[in-house]
Amino acid sequence: MTTTFLVVSALVKVAVVLLITVGAFAPVLIWAERRQSAMIQDRLGPSRAAIVLPDGAVTVIDRARAPLKGLAAMTGVVALLTLLVLSYIAIRGSNPLPIATSVLAKTLAGTGIAFVLLRIGYGVHTTIVRNGGRIMLIGLLHPLADAIKFIFKEDFVPPKSDKLLFSAGPIIALIPAIAAFAVIPFASTLHWDHLDQVLPRTGAIAGPAIPMQIASINVGILFIFAIASTGIIGAAVSGYASDNKYSLLGGIRAASQMVSYEVVLGLTLVPAFMVYASLRLEDMALWQHEHFWGIFIPPLTLAAINFFVAAIAETKRVPFDLPEGESELVGGYLTEYSGMKFGMFFMGEFVEVVSLAAIASVLFFGGWDVPYLYRDGFEFTFPFVAGSFSVPLVHWLVVAIQFFFFLFKIIVLIWLQLMIRWSLPRFRYDQLMSLCWKGLLPVSLLNIFVVGAFILSGWLDQWVAFFERIF
Amino acid sequence: MAVEVKVIKKPGRTVAEQLYVPEIAKGLGFAMGRFFKNTFGPKSKKEIATVRYPEEKIEYPERFRGIHRLTQRTDGSPRCVACLCCSTACPAQCIYIEPAEYEPGDPRFGYERYPSVFVIDELRCIFCGYCVEACPCDAIRMDTGMHMPPSTRREHFLYDKETLLSIPGRDGTYETANMRHEPGDPTHPGIDRERGH
Repeated sequence: MTTTFLVVSALVKVAVVLLITVGAFAPVLIWAERRQSAMIQDRLGPSRAAIVLPDGAVTVIDRARAPLKGLAAMTGVVALLTLLVLSYIAIRGSNPLPIATSVLAKTLAGTGIAFVLLRIGYGVHTTIVRNGGRIMLIGLLHPLADAIKFIFKEDFVPPKSDKLLFSAGPIIALIPAIAAFAVIPFASTLHWDHLDQVLPRTGAIAGPAIPMQIASINVGILFIFAIASTGIIGAAVSGYASDNKYSLLGGIRAASQMVSYEVVLGLTLVPAFMVYASLRLEDMALWQHEHFWGIFIPPLTLAAINFFVAAIAETKRVPFDLPEGESELVGGYLTEYSGMKFGMFFMGEFVEVVSLAAIASVLFFGGWDVPYLYRDGFEFTFPFVAGSFSVPLVHWLVVAIQFFFFLFKIIVLIWLQLMIRWSLPRFRYDQLMSLCWKGLLPVSLLNIFVVGAFILSGWLDQWVAFFERIF
Repeated sequence: MAVEVKVIKKPGRTVAEQLYVPEIAKGLGFAMGRFFKNTFGPKSKKEIATVRYPEEKIEYPERFRGIHRLTQRTDGSPRCVACLCCSTACPAQCIYIEPAEYEPGDPRFGYERYPSVFVIDELRCIFCGYCVEACPCDAIRMDTGMHMPPSTRREHFLYDKETLLSIPGRDGTYETANMRHEPGDPTHPGIDRERGH
């Protein structure tokens, strides 16, 4: 494995992570948060930003609809017939493996994909024509419009503010949020030389192995804590530098809240280190891949709930958004910010939401682990029933499935966070602090002892064995 | 005299409520149910209150007061007799009328006048409908079902006689269902030239 290869693979990983977090998740989150809240409140939400097509294009699109529909119907019929023939062969008891690679299977895959694409194309064309030649993309263009607006807005700096710190604040808030992704594993190890082979389930593999993680460092989760606590500085500094009493109060609130919850955040995760016996996130994911998801170990379930609460407080979002508290503090430390600086704060907040979901999924929801998926493909086993049903998969497909399942877990956890944001009212500040110091802190300290007892008494091993026998 | 005191127990919180978590789960469940119903549910179950305005429109109620129109007689002239009732009744004073006499020899000469100028400043109008109430001839109506087309120039909101006459009612006609009794017409209820004074 040459140095060039290492550098290129690292750069590709960084690019992928940046693209997913900043490029895809953050704008989609801005959209999702608004549309989702609207749907909860019986509104449609922002969906009217549009790219207007010229009249001629609409006629062309309208004419293309009929052929698209016809083609879709044709491919659909072909796919259905192929499926029928294939299932007939399968029922007749031939060996499934030759079928999977046969011409028929390829036809089925091709026509199936073509049918779905053509059908989607027909739907898109119909929608454009119905909207009078405006491409609206269910409101996804709103974040784009927001970005354009943010960029061209006046970049106002309060005259008596601390200019340097005022400009540095948003950057200090945004960078740590992105940096936390450096240690998160997003798939199992990729064996570059064996991409199109079915690998054995266990054992070492020859050739270069690329860990699907930007940096595999032995402090792992501690790095995330260290980086996340840097975010406090961003909020505090911008509150101080704005030369505004509301901003200052907001900054102070943010700092004290984040410092308090930082403690709880660390302590809630101690049980997880104890069970997985590692600080490295990739080892935690691997442990859960080999056994089962951490959330199914009772003390870790409690730890997961505590972690989730503390982490939402750490991101300063509803119901813990007191630093912004617009009813008391105008906008808290955001009061004086406008334009892209304001946008950066929000980008940072949304990236924090994504990174929180990623950390939670690695620690408690198995990370990239897909149930029944092993290095050689799927093997479905059923409780209390002997025998299994397996589908061998090539290596690149296994890694891709793991990667997308990890993204899916992140999306589900993000969705949960957004739901919490729209369901719960804001805490009072003293309630916030007492929840932290009198509620979560003692509970998580106690949880550490419980997990210790759990491990020392051997119950953990028994539980693991019991759970693995069931599933 | 003994005063009876009825002790009302202060409603406390149950253990489940004190624990936060079950209540939070309940709240989340409610919000999620609402979200799924409105996003993925069948169309009949959705409770979305907003409409995509230019594409979808909600029908105005039948008695919605839109911009004014002047109704026409069968010959296309305004029914208005320039009695100034509407401009007198108007609390916003947005109606300006210049009455004029018909030419001598016209059957209506000496009995009715007509508006040579009839201007409504739609920006001053408060759409109270008093002008419609005041009109004895059913000549001014607000049954167009339209609101003002937007413009960037104030002059565009001064609707003159020709403009007001050119706006149809909701049913698409320029006249009204109320019969017009022209002077000389046998249905004319009052005095006229043939019947004498």
